[in-house]
Amino acid sequence: MEGDVVQMGAYIGAGLACTGMGGAAVGVGHVVGNFLSGALRNPSAAGGQTATMFIGIAFSEALGIFSFLVALLLMFAV
Amino acid sequence: MATDSHDGAEKGAELVFHPMDQFIVKPLFGDGPVGMFTVTNVTLWMALAVLCTIGLLVLGTSGRSVVPSRIQSIAELCYGFIRKMVEDVASKEALPYFPYIMTLFIFIVFSNFLGLIPGSFTTTSHIAVTAVMAMAVFLAVTILGFVKNGMGFLSLFWISAAPLPLRPILALIEIISYFVRPVSHSIRLAGNMMAGHAVIKVFAAFAPMVLISTGIGLVVTPLSILAITAIYALEVLVSFIQAYVFTILTCVYLKDALHPHH
Repeated sequence: MEGDVVQMGAYIGAGLACTGMGGAAVGVGHVVGNFLSGALRNPSAAGGQTATMFIGIAFSEALGIFSFLVALLLMFAV
Repeated sequence: MATDSHDGAEKGAELVFHPMDQFIVKPLFGDGPVGMFTVTNVTLWMALAVLCTIGLLVLGTSGRSVVPSRIQSIAELCYGFIRKMVEDVASKEALPYFPYIMTLFIFIVFSNFLGLIPGSFTTTSHIAVTAVMAMAVFLAVTILGFVKNGMGFLSLFWISAAPLPLRPILALIEIISYFVRPVSHSIRLAGNMMAGHAVIKVFAAFAPMVLISTGIGLVVTPLSILAITAIYALEVLVSFIQAYVFTILTCVYLKDALHPHH
């Protein structure tokens, strides 16, 4: 019985960890939105900064990935 | 690896197959246990990715005409794209390490695209596969940083632009984020590939609903087939972008190793 409660807690926690996706979505959207608003103001400089945008996306996405990691740990390691 | 993903799966009528079943590593020949040297489906699809790489680059460079053929221009585009990325992001001094970065990019791109073939196996969806690549990058970059700069490499963590009282705190944060790099580097690729393929499989499980009930099935089946098509198109994009992001982050880490001073 006790094991079942622990398992239930782990599954609930894994589900709650999915809220991290929202944070990653906000972060990535913010990066791309700001890039686009800057790029539309100065289109000639935009091409050279695409790589920087992808680096920014990757960094803000990393935090979302940690919530995925927490979910994975709760599902398979706890 | 998801060798026993059936644990929580209900064997009901609603899901004919489990969405994570596609990631099971199984031996190609026979049903024995998966050991260190067992030839599995991962081995097969990795070998196919290598064969595709060889095919593209060998066929692409064998003709070497001034007016390039189709395959030659693909190979040249690939080469120029990565070379420019290395130059732009990691400066000209990083060009000796360009072959490694090119290898990483082409291997990941082909693994991702081969995984998009229906019924195939996505090798990059396994953290074990991407973690090896990310750890290799991490170790190589760390060793390279110490070889090139000696102890000066540690100035990467001691940000001289910040006010003095803040520096120890920033150093702590920088050290943590440095050691988290291989984790996020590997899980980003694996997670993206796994999530996309699992979503496609979830919709694929809804697609034959019209066979079960003609009432709601007439709505759900076309919708899910549309969704599969849309997500598949997105996955083609994601496959390329994730390979690009993996490569560009390798370049960023390489730049930190070559020029640790902010």
